[in-house]
Amino acid sequence: MTTATKSKDPVVVIIQLTGGNDYMNSVVPYADGYYNDARNGELCIGEDQVLKIDDHFGLHPTMAPLKELYDDGEMALIHGVGYPNSPRSHFRSMDIWHTCEPNKVGTEGWVGRAIRDLDPTGENPVTGVHIGQGLPRSLVVPGVTVASVADLSTYGLLTGIERQRQREKMLERFVNMYGRAIGTGYVQEYLGRTGLDALKGADILKEGLGRYETSVEWGTEQISRSLKDMATIHCADLGTRVFYTQLIGFDTHANQKPVFEKLWTDLSRAISDFWDDVKAHDRADNVIMFLFTEFGRRVRDNGSGSDHGAGGGCFVIGPNAVGGMHGEFPSINPKDLEQGDLVPNHDFRGVYSTLLEDWMGLDAKPIVDGEFEKLRFVEPLMATA
Amino acid sequence: MSETQEIAQMAHLMRRAGFGASRDELERLVEQGYEETVEQLVDPPADIPRADLHLLFRYMPSLETGGPVTVPGAANWLYHLVNTQRPLEEKMALFWHGIFAVGNSKVDNDNHLTAMVDMFRDHGTGNYRDLLIMLAQSPAMIYWLDNHENHKRSPNENWGRELLELFSMGVGNYTEKDVFECARAFTGWTLGPKIPRVPNHRFFFQFEFRPEEHDYGEKEFLGRTGNFDGLDIIDIILEEEACPRFIARHLYTFFVADEPQVPAWDIEPPKDPEAIDYLAGVFKDSNFEIKPVLRALFNSDFFKEATFQKVKSPVETVVSTLRLTEDLFGPQPALIELGQESAHMGQSLHNPPSVEGWSTGPNWINSGAVVGRINFVADRVSNTELPGVQKICQRVAASNGTNMRPDEMVDQCLDLFGPLDVGEATRLELIEHASEGGDLSWSEDYDGASERVGEMLALIAATTEYQFG
Repeated sequence: MTTATKSKDPVVVIIQLTGGNDYMNSVVPYADGYYNDARNGELCIGEDQVLKIDDHFGLHPTMAPLKELYDDGEMALIHGVGYPNSPRSHFRSMDIWHTCEPNKVGTEGWVGRAIRDLDPTGENPVTGVHIGQGLPRSLVVPGVTVASVADLSTYGLLTGIERQRQREKMLERFVNMYGRAIGTGYVQEYLGRTGLDALKGADILKEGLGRYETSVEWGTEQISRSLKDMATIHCADLGTRVFYTQLIGFDTHANQKPVFEKLWTDLSRAISDFWDDVKAHDRADNVIMFLFTEFGRRVRDNGSGSDHGAGGGCFVIGPNAVGGMHGEFPSINPKDLEQGDLVPNHDFRGVYSTLLEDWMGLDAKPIVDGEFEKLRFVEPLMATA
Repeated sequence: MSETQEIAQMAHLMRRAGFGASRDELERLVEQGYEETVEQLVDPPADIPRADLHLLFRYMPSLETGGPVTVPGAANWLYHLVNTQRPLEEKMALFWHGIFAVGNSKVDNDNHLTAMVDMFRDHGTGNYRDLLIMLAQSPAMIYWLDNHENHKRSPNENWGRELLELFSMGVGNYTEKDVFECARAFTGWTLGPKIPRVPNHRFFFQFEFRPEEHDYGEKEFLGRTGNFDGLDIIDIILEEEACPRFIARHLYTFFVADEPQVPAWDIEPPKDPEAIDYLAGVFKDSNFEIKPVLRALFNSDFFKEATFQKVKSPVETVVSTLRLTEDLFGPQPALIELGQESAHMGQSLHNPPSVEGWSTGPNWINSGAVVGRINFVADRVSNTELPGVQKICQRVAASNGTNMRPDEMVDQCLDLFGPLDVGEATRLELIEHASEGGDLSWSEDYDGASERVGEMLALIAATTEYQFG
């Protein structure tokens, strides 16, 4: 595999932790007496269990592979992320994170807008790639193509037609028919464009699949398979700039201990394998990975789980992450809480702005709809290229 | 009306009120008459059967259990969808599942989702007031919208809000105070027994009213004052003009033509305001009986004229294909995997993405979903071993067994796979493709001709026109 043609354009890998990740039990303020008051049962990750990152904070014990990345200076933890008046409903909260519209129902996703800015004429149908079923709202902008791939190995159009020559001819007809749909009304036209882009994207991705080999022994959980598909596409140099996937199940109202442990065990392994793989391919330098969730959990647990809260936190991982902790972990002192929740001190749109401007080189203001304080958790690519 | 037009109109009715029909069935229904067919769909006689559930569970007892996963429940529902002879009941179950949208992602006890869908199947064409009461007392809904956390001393507004916003009236027709008062009226409408704390252990919940949790105090709701409870709230909602209009608009967008998504309804006026007025009027006048409004809808001109106005949903795509090709009848292990096919296209049964249900219409289409839906249909209609495909081939062959021209073959396929009234450009493209193989002779090479018909059907399934319902 040659590295000479390797693209150096910045790439972002986004992992959505769906359901509300308990940030306080991911990055644990173990030395804080208030933490030990609020989490005093099986959900307390005590000093003897955490993977200490300093004399106050530690990572959840399942995150050993991430601790290694942290120790290597490749993981940034961003504390206290949220926005005022958090609605505590999953759907609404996720909508707000997806559309950057805290006060009304938005229709355009911020990632979709970023993809439009990266590829304004829609030249490359795999500029944005979603690994999973359907499309999350964050990726949806009318007229912007995102390849949505459930399983890379079987992706393609009319794959069931056995006579290969015949299939090729049918695909030519398909291109002609869908090309003609342009200009025949909104829905037809939308269908036509989407169909053509899907076909083109499938061809490009298929070609990439043939070029990938790996020595990493990936896990078999869904999140491992998704990240492996991303590594495959990224290493094939297809011009993909944004990858997106989600891990579902963080809504741990009850029975949190085993559920949360499983989620972070799987996720930590998959993330670690991803970096091993892209590093082995010498394609890690232009990639940053970003993990977010719609909200944190309540400070005080409910005995077996934790309920919807406000301020959460984000993770940024990669050789260009500015390793360490960023922002301020909100006070857990009960007198500082709002309705039992942490008070976020860093607007999520500021996090997006850092990623968009300092990493992707885009103008964040029109994408996140405003100007927000940025933290320096990523090294601009230009400095390292 | 010509015979062709009659077949086309009947096909339209059966696609929208059901999941399509074979040509044999369409001919029989045209014989029977349009209004009579509407009547049979809306109010089927007792001797027209649903799918035989006992038979399913005898062969596949594992489909009786749910728990954290929706796979058995989705397979169970697919069995109903494919085997029922009362298709409008299933359509209405899908209709209510999309509005009273509850997901097992949270409920985590899928037998309750199945119970809820059974409720929609049994009562989905009954009375809307009854349905709202059953919904308010449905364990799946109570858990989904946290009404078990709605206590006299600490009201939880989740159910109260969604009842007004998404289940009956829509945004803009109530105040925040109304939401709070509504929530108070439903305090104590809860679940018994307790939610198990042990992994993989699930009890069947039951609705329970706990007087000690109920707020018997005075409430002010939508301008009325009284010591209201949940039933009073539902009755007050039904007096509001917004309520029948809200359901009418839902019926219109589900059966007639795609409308903008629900959150935009207080901003965007309906496509056809007169149709909404008409349906809302019928609904209110019949005391919220659902059958009369369905009857009025299917017999209306605006319904009959509304072709190519709706993008097929994933479930419609999957079920209509399985029914047409006769790929799946009776209990079969394939139900398990096929039950997940619509999920791959963006519609996971028992798991709508949020309480707002699915984003429908053009939102079903994205570059991922379009690949999934075209491949699903193309794989099946090109399989000449499936009985439904063989029947289509037999009809094509019967029309001209010796020297069939490519354009004849295309027109026959379009007719029997719908009829599908594609644009002229599409038709010419299909003919050009067929011409490459030259004329067909069924009498000399039946299998070869069948294969070409199968491929033509696959290509038709890939057209933009086919994506409409």
